[in-house]
Amino acid sequence: MTTLAALVILAPFAAAWIGMLGGRRVPLGPGGVAVIGTAASTVMALVVLAGVAGDASHVRESSIQLTPTGSIPITVGVRVDGLSASVALMVTVVALAVQVYSIGYLRGDARYSSYAAFVSLFTAAMLLVVFSGDLIVLYVGWEIMGVCSYFLIGHHWEDPGATAAAIKAFLMTRVGDVGFLFGIFVLGSAANSFRVSDVLAAVPRMSSGELLAGTLLLALGVVAKSAQFPLHSWLPDAMAAPTPISALIHAATMVAAGVYVVALLHPVFLAASFTLDLLAVLAAISTLGSALAAFAADDIKRVLAYSTISQLGLMFVGLAVDADRVPSVALLLSHAAYKALLFLCAGALIHAVGSNLMADMGGMRHAMPVTFVTMTIGFAALVGVPPTSGFVAKDAIVGAAWDAVRHRGAAPVGLGPSLVGLVCALLTVAVTAAYSTRAWLLTFFGPVRNDAVSHDAPPVMSIPLIVLAVPTLLLGLAAVGAHQLRPELLPATVSLALIALGVGVAYRLWRGVPVRDPAIVLGRSRNAVRTAFYTDDLYERTVAVMTRRLAAGVSVVDDNVLGRAVSRTGRGARQLGGILRLSENGNVQAYLTGVLLGAVVIAVCAAMLS
Amino acid sequence: MHVAYPVVLAAMLFSVGVYGVLARRNAILVLMSVELMLNGANLNLVTFDIWRSDVMHSGQVMALFVIVIAAAEVGVGLAIVLLVFRNRSTIAVDSLRELRERTDRDGTAPEDAMDPP
Repeated sequence: MTTLAALVILAPFAAAWIGMLGGRRVPLGPGGVAVIGTAASTVMALVVLAGVAGDASHVRESSIQLTPTGSIPITVGVRVDGLSASVALMVTVVALAVQVYSIGYLRGDARYSSYAAFVSLFTAAMLLVVFSGDLIVLYVGWEIMGVCSYFLIGHHWEDPGATAAAIKAFLMTRVGDVGFLFGIFVLGSAANSFRVSDVLAAVPRMSSGELLAGTLLLALGVVAKSAQFPLHSWLPDAMAAPTPISALIHAATMVAAGVYVVALLHPVFLAASFTLDLLAVLAAISTLGSALAAFAADDIKRVLAYSTISQLGLMFVGLAVDADRVPSVALLLSHAAYKALLFLCAGALIHAVGSNLMADMGGMRHAMPVTFVTMTIGFAALVGVPPTSGFVAKDAIVGAAWDAVRHRGAAPVGLGPSLVGLVCALLTVAVTAAYSTRAWLLTFFGPVRNDAVSHDAPPVMSIPLIVLAVPTLLLGLAAVGAHQLRPELLPATVSLALIALGVGVAYRLWRGVPVRDPAIVLGRSRNAVRTAFYTDDLYERTVAVMTRRLAAGVSVVDDNVLGRAVSRTGRGARQLGGILRLSENGNVQAYLTGVLLGAVVIAVCAAMLS
Repeated sequence: MHVAYPVVLAAMLFSVGVYGVLARRNAILVLMSVELMLNGANLNLVTFDIWRSDVMHSGQVMALFVIVIAAAEVGVGLAIVLLVFRNRSTIAVDSLRELRERTDRDGTAPEDAMDPP
């Protein structure tokens, strides 16, 4: 089982290497290699999941013994349980859909071969995070994802916006990675081992200070990677990437890694209540704020990007208010399915229309029926309409927050944060319904604004859509067996009422002659909401200005202190050498006299000292 | 015979050689002084070989090596002296100063001017 899990990681990794080294000349083409690698990985992940399905909480582990270095040992190993097996299947399925879809989406792209190889490497890195049995090795995968996201977001590097977005994503996640690494060090030294199982087993022995420091530092990395407030603004900008990359980053890799790590180390976080309080409040702010921003956005990809931040916020709220990680993991899995679906549908729309703006779409349901049906399923799951997977998972989280408020003391977080979490989650349910309805209406209904579109996406792009629509619809039914996911009557009713309210309000605002953008209800505040309440401007005026000033100061110090010190040292050495030069007068006999004197001095010294 | 006699003789030979190398101006005399130094060393080698009654006679073997190498050295050295004389019409050692360090008046070498400020 663990060998197979290691192969799940290695298959896309091998595909990435072949793709990088072979370029365009590999047999079957770069797309073929990438698809085969990812497909092999998917099949093996399915077998792994089937193998652990009987006993999901049992952990199977194996590791290679490395040469001991004297400090805390680092093991290279694989750790398989129900959580990692199911997340791995999710990653591979989404990656496979993205790889197949990219063949059509990036047809004729000059850099497709390196693109496909990077997507494979990205997948392998995420699988390493998922299956790694050691926190340091997990961190390696975490960092490889960071660098892959940099290259893939900057795929269109001719566009300065894409380069800036890539650098922004890299730097913002890097801020968190520093915290993440030191969090691993704190936990590792407290448990005297970096192995996940050892760290989890050592939680009762750890002091509260170690737990607090470790989890806060880890939370910093998680907040940056999963794009939560206040480090969220890289994710909407990352829309400069090709759309399949957005699907991959938002659904399967990168942002999902943050949630996965918190779920993996959930017992550690449960033991540090302050971190959970903080995480709950930050996630609640992110989930509501970005849902509002999604309502105001004009670009369909930005709508989906903000909705990702919002959904991830819901997952963190769920992890904070509930001692059981199942609801959040269920939302993670179903979110992966429907968000990948939505992004790939949006990609099909953008591919056909040639613009990201919803103002250029409209009435597309006639021209693109497959995209229409699949995207409708995706939006329904995003909103949480009953039979879909989104309903079950989201309802479980809302129910957990409800319980946390009702039975205070039983929940891992305090009353205040759980109340904030519940209110924000409920409001988000309503706003999510509103912005999804708005995006759906603006793209598929209303007058046809683009006559040039007369055909649906080619089969290589539409088949992944259909394949992803199936789990989006049916994953919810599969989850009915789990008792943690069974809907509770009162919270389910409230959230369904809020969904109906959101959909109704958006529809009411839209209907009319001529049709209107529901976002006009925001009036003058629309610009503030669209920019996620000026967070980027705030960073531009504070962090960026301070950083630039610091950089200017550093460059002055570099020129005037360090540079001058170096050049003065060089000049001083040369002048001192000038004194020695006086003896180099060309008279060989004078040199030899010096040699003789030296030999005599050494001989006398040796005679005296011996 | 007491070991001091040959050793003192060798030391005197070596000292005369050192004086010649350091003080004579004529290159051929310098070469000859080098020979004196080498032979002082040879005398020491042979002396101590006998004094220690070494069965391998390594001191004498070493002295033979030195003699051979000295012959080669003198050959090369005389050839150089010959060529120097042909080129410069002098074999005064202290006038052959082509390789001295050329300095400006302030003690800095001229290549400083080429460095960026």
